[in-house]
Amino acid sequence: MSEADITFTGVSRFYGEVLGINKVTLSIPPGITSLVGPNGSGKTTLMNLMCGLIRPTQGEISVLGTPPDRPQELCRILGYCAQFDAFPPGITGYQFIHSFLRLHGMTDAECDRRTLAALELTGLSAAADRPVAAYSKGMRQRIKLAQAIAHEPRVVVLDEPLNGLDPLARAEAIALFRQWGVEGRHVIVSSHILHEVDKISDQVILLSHGYVVAEGQIQGVRSEVKEQPMQIQVRCDRPHLLAARLFQEDHVVEAKLAGNGLLLRTADADRFYLLLNRIILECGLDVESVAPADDDVNSVYQYLIGAEGGTA
Amino acid sequence: MNQLHVPGKPASGLVGRELLGVMRLELKRTFLSRRGWWIYCLAAAPVGLTLLHWLVESRRPAPNHSLGADSIAFAAMFLLYYLRAGIFFGCMGIFANLFRGEMLQKTLHYYFLTPIRREVLVAGKYLAGLAVALALWVPSVAAAFLLIGRHSAAAWSDYIWHGPGLSQLGSYMLVAALACIGYGAVFLMCGILFKNPMIAAAVVWVWEGINPFLPSVLKKISVLFYLKNLCPVEVPVPPPFNVMVTSTDPTPFWIAVPGLLALALVLLVYSAISARNAEISYGDS
Repeated sequence: MSEADITFTGVSRFYGEVLGINKVTLSIPPGITSLVGPNGSGKTTLMNLMCGLIRPTQGEISVLGTPPDRPQELCRILGYCAQFDAFPPGITGYQFIHSFLRLHGMTDAECDRRTLAALELTGLSAAADRPVAAYSKGMRQRIKLAQAIAHEPRVVVLDEPLNGLDPLARAEAIALFRQWGVEGRHVIVSSHILHEVDKISDQVILLSHGYVVAEGQIQGVRSEVKEQPMQIQVRCDRPHLLAARLFQEDHVVEAKLAGNGLLLRTADADRFYLLLNRIILECGLDVESVAPADDDVNSVYQYLIGAEGGTA
Repeated sequence: MNQLHVPGKPASGLVGRELLGVMRLELKRTFLSRRGWWIYCLAAAPVGLTLLHWLVESRRPAPNHSLGADSIAFAAMFLLYYLRAGIFFGCMGIFANLFRGEMLQKTLHYYFLTPIRREVLVAGKYLAGLAVALALWVPSVAAAFLLIGRHSAAAWSDYIWHGPGLSQLGSYMLVAALACIGYGAVFLMCGILFKNPMIAAAVVWVWEGINPFLPSVLKKISVLFYLKNLCPVEVPVPPPFNVMVTSTDPTPFWIAVPGLLALALVLLVYSAISARNAEISYGDS
């Protein structure tokens, strides 16, 4: 069991007869990992299991070598920003963070310092003394985030953290996640907003009906989806010529002209790249760019989970 | 990172700080909260009643009942109101909500995501609830006792300072405190184990209510049985109920008090074990 990763080994969780997740075996390295899947696919179950809020029916979980059933150790290294939009009644933003930091056994001065730092980081310093009940949805989301990170955890688990945030706050939050990822923390994010997931993730875990459909770096996951021809965008000076040559190949399924570019679908990307090199040499084609057009989360999601996703 | 983390071994004084942290949070949440208004009314009601009694009786030219009658009236009020209703339901309101209330408010996960053992969490919440219950009920009992015979002025002062009054007051306060300890442990456990602790509370209430009519073996499985034995004044059972009451040897003080504390401890240990295995499932609450 790796002490540097979060590992799931044959983990299943049932709610009575309802399946939460089934036989999940995963290893989550440092960096930003996104959990992607439709509602009910098991994202929150996976997060709750990781944080010890629920227990697996079967299997073993380790968070940097610590089992989740030992909160006294786990919660020192882990912070969880849950989806629940609920707070202790009558509490201000400052009190909310400070009073739960006290349960970490820190001194008042240390709690104060960390509370102010977390409020500053999430842009809530000015609203620190206002009751959380009077906060807007975006501010409530940010105060939850501040509370989850105030003790400076090595593992940050964020369930739909971008919900309710305005574009500016969203950009700031994403920058923060990136910074944590670069610092070598484990940042696990679930989100429905696939283009944002695409921007921030080092790796993704695609879930459907409680099963892990795919995991890893998104480009790697895309190349594993053999049954879906790969889309490639080529920008060059003579796209008509390129299209004509490509149609002679049986692995090219489709080619569409678009401005000074060509969007094609091929069942064998490696053969296409070899062919493209040959055409360039033979015809003196001036190629501006060649880039995969469907190795993003959205496309992979559509290919692997497809119409059943619905919420993407 | 957190400088206090020592895997496997809690730092010295850490458990105490955690316990105080939980108590502080809980006291802020529960003490004098608007949601608990009915509990404060339950505690204030007998004080108001005895105050009214004093005001009415002190206007009479001559008392129409003796101090002994006041003493028995207080004993009846203590048994029938304080123990069977006020403290019982008050503790239900305070302790059953310590966990169940947080499940309903969807805030329990904040506690479960702190690095404290669930056992410490249970202990901290229980002690905070107990502090609130004691702060409400012990002064209420004392105030009602001191007011009930106040109209007799000098005779009452004599009864308190030179007669058995002070020791009776001490006994009633002790029994009220023990009731908070015992019922507190019962309802804390109900709040952890049951989605609807009211049903469990109703069962306990009926059980405690029929206690006088139960065979002596079953009688002893009750908080009220031990508390009743510690009360300084016995309340006569009126006919026709007196023929149905089964008599049991009273439990001596040195067994009743440690017995009740031991019962509370067992319930708390069971609650701690249950909390350790508890999961967050707000959707099912």
